[in-house]
Amino acid sequence: MLHYTEKIREIAGRLLKQGVVDVFIGYRKGSVPMMNNPLLIRDPGSTDLLYWDSNCALNLCNYLTGRKDRIGIVATGCVSRNIVTHIVENQISRSQLYVVGIPCTGMISHRAVIRAVGGREIIEFEEQGERFLVRGRDFEEIFEKNDFLQSNCAVCRYPNPVLYDEMLGERVPGYEGDDVYRDVEKVEQMSSEDRRGFFSRMISRCIRCYACRDACPLCYCPTCFVDESRPQWVGKSIDPVDTMTFHLLRAFHCAGRCTDCGACERACPMGIPVRQFTKKLNKDVQELFSWEAGLGLEQRPPLDVYRQDDYDGFIR
Amino acid sequence: MLLKNLLEHIGLEPGRLHFSWISSAEAAKFVEVANEVNQVVEELGPARFLVKRKARVA
Ligand code: SF4
Ligand code: SF4
Ligand code: SF4
Repeated sequence: MLHYTEKIREIAGRLLKQGVVDVFIGYRKGSVPMMNNPLLIRDPGSTDLLYWDSNCALNLCNYLTGRKDRIGIVATGCVSRNIVTHIVENQISRSQLYVVGIPCTGMISHRAVIRAVGGREIIEFEEQGERFLVRGRDFEEIFEKNDFLQSNCAVCRYPNPVLYDEMLGERVPGYEGDDVYRDVEKVEQMSSEDRRGFFSRMISRCIRCYACRDACPLCYCPTCFVDESRPQWVGKSIDPVDTMTFHLLRAFHCAGRCTDCGACERACPMGIPVRQFTKKLNKDVQELFSWEAGLGLEQRPPLDVYRQDDYDGFIR
Repeated sequence: MLLKNLLEHIGLEPGRLHFSWISSAEAAKFVEVANEVNQVVEELGPARFLVKRKARVA
């Protein structure tokens, strides 16, 4: 996806010069390989800082919340769906935005790559079409990008932006298999006891740093429930029950809104697959309300409306 | 429903969580539901999951 870089620079320069937007939001090459950073620029002279490859997996929609100026923003499929969600939730208005759409072929899991080189330090990353090369002090390896996709990207059904003012390329095919939720189904088939063990072990490493929350564009409350102290909704220790409560509530606040963009999981310094919580909700929302988040501006989200035929078999 | 599913998905025993809607005029239903909840929960025994123990002081 490297070739999008030039186009992004060109468009950002044009938009800023012509005064179509006040600020442009994209990515810059990270100081560490495979870790591109979000970048906001105002000066049409600095567009050379903008960069694009398959390591742009943080969600730029995060930087839109509550802005009052006109914004140009780069958006893949999932980011565009989060932008739609932001518009529907009145966090930004469509007229402020100029969306540069990227047909997305998926992001690379830096963790999988680090595993593949046996944890050796990677000092250089280079994308070469469908492949990529990583270099360390005393090694060099070439991998197929498709073998190293983030787990959410590997089953992404909406890689093309659902909302855009300009598209950077031809549409790409989305995932068509019917096993998108295979990981959730596997857990569902376990016994209650085993699931308890599965999730308890999973979060036992959590250090309550809240990077997963901060990376998520859905988490824009001025004061998050975990930071509130009067009343204190949840204990702030790393007691397993406090930690589980945090994870449950974080996930539940994303119910019917999560686009499975993977930013939360990518941001977690402990490598905890936090999407296991939100993905269960995504699956249920789809089954119970035939809903997938952020696909259109017209529809209200399922947890936002009452319908007579809402499922109520669980209420006695 | 989403909340119940999520809680049970992460390992809360089915039967621990109940929902009902009882009007102030439905005394009989209240008694019925309370007894039923009581019975199901008693069969499950004391809750161990998501119960915070008091911090132990060394
Ligand atoms: S989830 Fe889809 S659109 Fe988003 S980065 Fe992955 S492949 Fe691209
Ligand atoms: S919960 Fe995670 S996967 Fe879902 S929208 Fe937020 S960052 Fe993306
Ligand atoms: S980012 Fe990871 S370690 Fe930090 S709070 Fe979230 S799950 Fe826990």
